[in-house]
Amino acid sequence: MEFFSHQTNFRFMATRKVWFALSIILMVASLALLATRGLNWAVDFTGGVTAQASFPASADLSAVRTRLAAAGFHDAVVTYVGSARTVSIRLPPERGRTSTELSSRIEHALRQVNPGATVSSLSVVGPQVGSELKHSAMWALAFTLLFIFLYIAWRFHTWRLSLGAILAVVHDPILVLGFFALSHISFNLNVVAAVLAVIGYSLNDTVVVFDRIRERFEGNRRLAPEVVLDQAINQTLSRTIMTKVVTSIVVVALLVLGGPVLRGFSAALLIGILAGTYSSIYISSAIALQCGLTAEHIFPTVKKTAVDHLP
Amino acid sequence: MLEYARWKYILIVLVLVVALLFALPNVFGQAPALQLAHSDHTPVTAAEVRTVSAYLKQQRIPFTGTYLQNGRLLVRFGNESAQFRAQDAIDREFKKEYLTALTLVPRTPAWLRDLGLKPMPLGLDLSGGLELLYQVDTRSAVKQLVRMYTQDAAHALAAANVPVTSITDVATGGSDLPNTVRITLGPGAAAKKATAALAGPLQGLSVSSSAGSSGAVVAATVPAAMINQRENYAIEQAITILRNRVNALGVSEPIVQRQGNDRIDVQLPGVENMAEVKHLLGQTAMLEFHLNDTENNAYEAEQTGNVPLGDKLYTDTPDGQPLLLKREVIATGDQLTGATVGEGPQGPQVNVTLDSRAGENMLRTTKENVGKGMGVVLITKHVVTREVDGKKESHVVTTEKVINDATIDGVFSNQFMITGLTLGGAQDLAILLRSGSFLTPISLVGQSVIGPSLGAENIKMGVGALVLGMAGVLIFMFIYYKVFGLVADAVLVSNVVLLTALLSMMHASLSLPGIAGIILTVGIAVDANVLIYERIREELRKGVSPQAAIRAGFDKAFSAILDSNVTTGIAGLVLWIFGTGAIRGFAVVLTLGIGTSMFTSLMGSRALVTLMYGGRRKLAHLHI
Repeated sequence: MEFFSHQTNFRFMATRKVWFALSIILMVASLALLATRGLNWAVDFTGGVTAQASFPASADLSAVRTRLAAAGFHDAVVTYVGSARTVSIRLPPERGRTSTELSSRIEHALRQVNPGATVSSLSVVGPQVGSELKHSAMWALAFTLLFIFLYIAWRFHTWRLSLGAILAVVHDPILVLGFFALSHISFNLNVVAAVLAVIGYSLNDTVVVFDRIRERFEGNRRLAPEVVLDQAINQTLSRTIMTKVVTSIVVVALLVLGGPVLRGFSAALLIGILAGTYSSIYISSAIALQCGLTAEHIFPTVKKTAVDHLP
Repeated sequence: MLEYARWKYILIVLVLVVALLFALPNVFGQAPALQLAHSDHTPVTAAEVRTVSAYLKQQRIPFTGTYLQNGRLLVRFGNESAQFRAQDAIDREFKKEYLTALTLVPRTPAWLRDLGLKPMPLGLDLSGGLELLYQVDTRSAVKQLVRMYTQDAAHALAAANVPVTSITDVATGGSDLPNTVRITLGPGAAAKKATAALAGPLQGLSVSSSAGSSGAVVAATVPAAMINQRENYAIEQAITILRNRVNALGVSEPIVQRQGNDRIDVQLPGVENMAEVKHLLGQTAMLEFHLNDTENNAYEAEQTGNVPLGDKLYTDTPDGQPLLLKREVIATGDQLTGATVGEGPQGPQVNVTLDSRAGENMLRTTKENVGKGMGVVLITKHVVTREVDGKKESHVVTTEKVINDATIDGVFSNQFMITGLTLGGAQDLAILLRSGSFLTPISLVGQSVIGPSLGAENIKMGVGALVLGMAGVLIFMFIYYKVFGLVADAVLVSNVVLLTALLSMMHASLSLPGIAGIILTVGIAVDANVLIYERIREELRKGVSPQAAIRAGFDKAFSAILDSNVTTGIAGLVLWIFGTGAIRGFAVVLTLGIGTSMFTSLMGSRALVTLMYGGRRKLAHLHI
């Protein structure tokens, strides 16, 4: 079985302006959503209380809210997770209460809705812990981008490819964040991990294409860069699609079976993988071309001897 | 002809055999168990194991095995009702000897356990339990240090008859905390005399003097290195204390670890609804220094029950003999500022430092009592939980224990040493003293409880996703690449085995994001194979012979596999360094997974393909 039984010959570079425009529109839309609607920050970052409760039968959310308000929890955000029998409750930070106290008060309130209700998990995060986590996530992102930029510049001898890779890589998480602003799925620490993994994955594809660009340039120095880039993308296309299909299989398995804890995580991965595939095919190489990439940049003067050692 | 070096085959087989062995303990699941530990942390002996098992047999409570681990006895049961009954019976029969705790232990066979092989411990999101995040107030530790120097300076100057207008602690040199003792001397006082008097008590500080408008000013600044050291000491001390208290709870496999700069993460698997846990962990153990009563007989007091007026009888002593101590307190733990292990002329010793107020008291007492004994009493509280009518009830028990009783050999004030100890004894005593000493305030900044049923559900979901995802990928690869797909499948499975083995070796705890990491690693390992096979197909399309195509496929795909894995690896490493808790768990798995997938895809896959196609002289067609 093969997706492409013959070598494809799409002319990606010729239409690059269209894809640039599309990406810019999507990114602007994502940023606008982030600015106006914002992310639904989870308790991990804001500080506060989250509890998960299970009911023997489907729970009536408005009854749950009323009972919680009567018990003194006025700003409770109550939603279903997974099924109508599992309910997530979010509360603003409470001072000076232990989780056990909170848990029993919440359980007491829920038992008035249904006597069989139980609190299955509860977590309390102090506000300063949350803001510190935001900081460390930012640093993690910045360092990841920096190191990757340096590695690619070193391996491929030119900042043009580095820049293409980094712009494509900035592009993907922005779209993921835009999706989270749009869907208002809770943005927790696991999602941050997924976003960083997306960066790694998206690069993975881009680097495979770059590797082929290097190889093509080595053999055909006089070919127009535009042609070389198109060839490189076409020749790696079946691999790109195949890998993404397989990775999507596992991510969809996680999304469907991983339960509520991993839902945001797997959604972020799925969106990121889609965006990453798109950007590594249409954007990253096109940017390098736009910056005037030629064979000279990758192989400056002396022909490079093979640096790769075989296992 | 394709060839692959023989040593590479040997290496691959060796790695796989070792990996299988290390991964094996993870497949047996868990059994309910009861943990028995001595409250004073002394290890349980083999003789005691026999006593306990004989008792359980006599009570007709079925159990499936017993073994010792870290000085604790673990008894395994076939079901939970036997576990509950055993706890009741043992609590009744050996009430004073053991702290019991219900727990789950791996069902690993004895021969694997004897090899030291253990399954990955489960994270709290999978096992259920209580997690507490404490913040250590290092600022107050620094303040206390500077305040102590300020007090000592005041004492030294008073003793040397140097008139002083004011002594304060101030912040200098851009510090936002007081770090300098600033002394304004009285009229007519010489700065020289003052600095000479301060040389002893303010040793290690940088002292400078200047002429102020209302008299000479002496400033002594605590160096940054010393402040740093104090902060670290405060955190290490808090960790030691929390660890001791957590151990006293009798929870099995608790984790107490430093997190970031000034945080301590406490994980108590299996603990759910213990309000007292937090109460206890935040509380200071008390330490008291008392004089021995040498005029009355402690044995008599123990037998008759008549304790002399002004005395207290202690039976929990280092040598097990009863001891009478005067009720009057010479010094308390919050006046103790340091307890470290040292080496003296008489062997190992504990160097104790008190603050100046306690030092004065000590000086007065020791002057009058040379040759008599002095005892150190540690007062701790711990929670005892037991089942009453099917419900868990817990109450707090206070224990008072004499941790040391020594003869006063000479007159001393705020610095002295306790000698005549073994090295282990000195270490234990120092830890006990510190656990009752001035405690840097810690505050609870985060907490979470995960019910055991949710934990079990999370395991089910994680494993379900793993199995389904794996199965989907394995089938798809077979359909898409036929025989080569099967090679890829073998590689993928061995990759998961290798990764599990590595994680078990590191004893990294497995959380739900960790399982997600394993699943993603499957995706990464597939990618390497896809790169190779697509390359082989490409070569075949060019009309290259099958064996040359295989060789070219592996050779040419190498740089792409290396570069793409390194970039993903960079993201993984950064997450590993910056992440905490679950994120770090994910990052560890992702980063290790990249390593194992490189090994299995490049070496394992090539070895297998060479084995299948390498030897054939005529190879017309590849099933790819």
